[in-house]
Amino acid sequence: MSEVIHADHHDEHDAHDHGPEKGLARWLFTTNHKDIGTLYLWFSFLMFMVGGVMALIIRTELFEPGLQFVDPEFFNQMTTNHGLIMVFGAIMPAFVGLANWLVPMQVGAPDMALPRMNNLSFWILPFAFGIMISTLFMEGGGPNFGWTFYAPLSTTYAPDSVTFFIFAVHMMGASSIMGSINIIATILNMRAPGMTLMKMPLFIWTWLITAYLLLAVMPVLAGAVTMMLFDIHFDTSFFNAAGGGDPVMFQHIFWFFGHPEVYIMILPAFGIVSHIIPAFARKPLFGYDSMVYAVASIAFLSFIVWAHHMFTVGMPLAGQLFFMYSTMLIAVPTGVKVFNWISTMWKGSMTFETPMLFAIAFVVLFTIGGFSGLMLAITPADYQYHDTYFVVAHFHYVLVPGALFSIIAAVYFWFPKWTGRMYDEGLGKIHFWLSFIGVNITFFPQHFSGLAGMPRRIPDYALQFADFNMLSSVGAFIFGFSQVFFIFVIIHGIRSGKPATARPWEGARGLEWTLPSPAPYHSFTHPPKVTDEEAHA
Amino acid sequence: MANAAEDSSIYYVPHSGWYPVVLAAGVMLMLTGLASWLNAAKAGDPTNLTQTLVGFGMVSVVLYFWFAKVIAENQQGLANAALKKSYVWGMGWFIFSEVMFFAAFFGALFYARVLAVSWLGGEGDKAFTGDYLWPDFEAAWPVMNNPDPELFPNPGESMASPGISNWLSYLPFWNTAILLSSSVTVHFAHTAIKEKNRAKLKAWLGITVLLGIIFLVLQVEEYIHAYQELGLTMGSGIYGSTFFILTGFHGFHVTLGTVILLVQFLRALKGHFSEEDCFGFEAASWYWHFVDVVWVGLFVFVYLL
Repeated sequence: MSEVIHADHHDEHDAHDHGPEKGLARWLFTTNHKDIGTLYLWFSFLMFMVGGVMALIIRTELFEPGLQFVDPEFFNQMTTNHGLIMVFGAIMPAFVGLANWLVPMQVGAPDMALPRMNNLSFWILPFAFGIMISTLFMEGGGPNFGWTFYAPLSTTYAPDSVTFFIFAVHMMGASSIMGSINIIATILNMRAPGMTLMKMPLFIWTWLITAYLLLAVMPVLAGAVTMMLFDIHFDTSFFNAAGGGDPVMFQHIFWFFGHPEVYIMILPAFGIVSHIIPAFARKPLFGYDSMVYAVASIAFLSFIVWAHHMFTVGMPLAGQLFFMYSTMLIAVPTGVKVFNWISTMWKGSMTFETPMLFAIAFVVLFTIGGFSGLMLAITPADYQYHDTYFVVAHFHYVLVPGALFSIIAAVYFWFPKWTGRMYDEGLGKIHFWLSFIGVNITFFPQHFSGLAGMPRRIPDYALQFADFNMLSSVGAFIFGFSQVFFIFVIIHGIRSGKPATARPWEGARGLEWTLPSPAPYHSFTHPPKVTDEEAHA
Repeated sequence: MANAAEDSSIYYVPHSGWYPVVLAAGVMLMLTGLASWLNAAKAGDPTNLTQTLVGFGMVSVVLYFWFAKVIAENQQGLANAALKKSYVWGMGWFIFSEVMFFAAFFGALFYARVLAVSWLGGEGDKAFTGDYLWPDFEAAWPVMNNPDPELFPNPGESMASPGISNWLSYLPFWNTAILLSSSVTVHFAHTAIKEKNRAKLKAWLGITVLLGIIFLVLQVEEYIHAYQELGLTMGSGIYGSTFFILTGFHGFHVTLGTVILLVQFLRALKGHFSEEDCFGFEAASWYWHFVDVVWVGLFVFVYLL
């Protein structure tokens, strides 16, 4: 192995300037943050496609009332795996991939703090998802109990494949924990001299806080699935009232993980948007300090709101009141952020390149998702909304035009830095408008069918919901195929895009833009000076 | 270019290597093998552990080479102060994640004990469940009479403390004493490194490993006692469930900690560790203190209260 030789030659040879290996070995054995970031991003895109196909199977079945396309058992497996794959396989790895690419460049470091562990965090994922997807082909079928895997559906009444599912979740958790440790160590330990905490770019801040959320809740998820495993295989009764346990306890433990998980999927998005809007408004971010404090407050609040997911399960009144008010409190820091983004645009010299379009759509549509979240926070109202398509509309608004749009915006924004080429602006805009229209046609009608009482996770529905569902399905196919178009825009850009300058966006600020495009294999071999000009974009 | 260890502006970035991807594959083999084994055992089919063991073997071999490599790099002076600081952050936050793992089980214990069992016994908003399904169930902790003893046979006896005057014949008390003293002995070993006293280092570290092993032996003893004489099993309702998952995962972590300390002991025999350069030892001792603190929580909430 070359690494042994390398260790003996470090005196004559800078420890950093080794280039990539050749062929497949580069990707399997890499310790380079950019290679690993690329792996994460392509993997998440692949999972996005797999989860997307599942979504389209769901929408095909729901195109018309009645059962015509798949049987209900398979429908349940599709809703379950669509959720799990999109959350753990698409959104989360995409953000980790962005962190891998951007954190060392933005803090002025040569690489991530623990490069070999970085490779391990990635390579666990394909194996974990290999296991999870293989459950669909096992006897008795794959997980069919919803992505929240409530006991006893996921214990007493689960298919045998649930054991494989449990271990797959353990592996994903291990990957996330190692990834978080790496990100924390990189941010806290490897910043360029002069980059104080309050000069860090917001993407760095949001990921730092996200990493802490992951460290705090992924082990709790591991604990939850471990108790499931014991209930299934070792006769324990954690989630079985006949032995003195409680199925509702599962929901508490799950949502203690699950609610911070929601913010794990949106805080880095806040960071991305806080880079893009100032760049295209050509103004510094309005209220940097308040942005940092808002993110920290949201992260803190995320730990004390979990039971708003389970108002209808039967909770003491005091609990319902507490979780209702604490949930509403989240609107305050979130409102601060939305206010700041809009104030950043106020009187700016705005241009509307593709990343900016996605970022503005993020602000508008994420806010709609936030407002429907406020409606759901009202306990008595939630009695009506619970487990209806209103909830589906709500969380898809925060996750698709929220988290996903921010990821797409980030890809367009940093694409020149990654590849050294520009994507085609016209194609990017087509992609944006198709996505924007598709996502709204898909999810906006679901507010109405939900308020009218259509339950989620059911393959059939009453006739009065037919029009809204048909519309939703049409939108879903528009949206789905516009993401296939996205891959075309990307590949077109990589192969025949125009060469990009070091700072292709005149308003972009931050250390990554001081590097040439494409960025060198090791970002900063020597720590750069952090000027006020480049401090927090 | 200067030596990485001397030039603080250079951060050591290792070359690419095969360890991570093989480790990931090993983990997959191990866990899918275990899942198949569990499912076969549950269905009453013939079971086979070969795949699990092959996976476990891969994981162990890779970890051996990986750690050996990191130690060798450090001895060549490649690991500079910044990298060592990354290790410190990494270990610290790893232990935090372990704390949260145990928090899930402690949370289950408190929830079951304070809320679920009393609701089943007829208190509060959710009393109907108990009233309709098991009207005879009476809330108590430890739960010695399960709501449905046909499904979950009642434990014969609990592990509760027999009162402080009887502690000398109470095994968990001795386990507490052993684990607490092992935290002290590992600290003495650290002091020995600072005093550059090799003999003292080896002695105290060796004693710590021994104490860890004794703890584990006693824990196994306690489990045998619970299963064979007390009739307390994982199947005896929520008390047995919480008891065995908490003490079991703690025991698993003690096992890991003992193995880690044993490795440090073997390294000490080979002459590793100096006052400025003993991260492996320190990380092991932090882990050991963490395991110790969890035990104190266990002793208070599982055994005493």
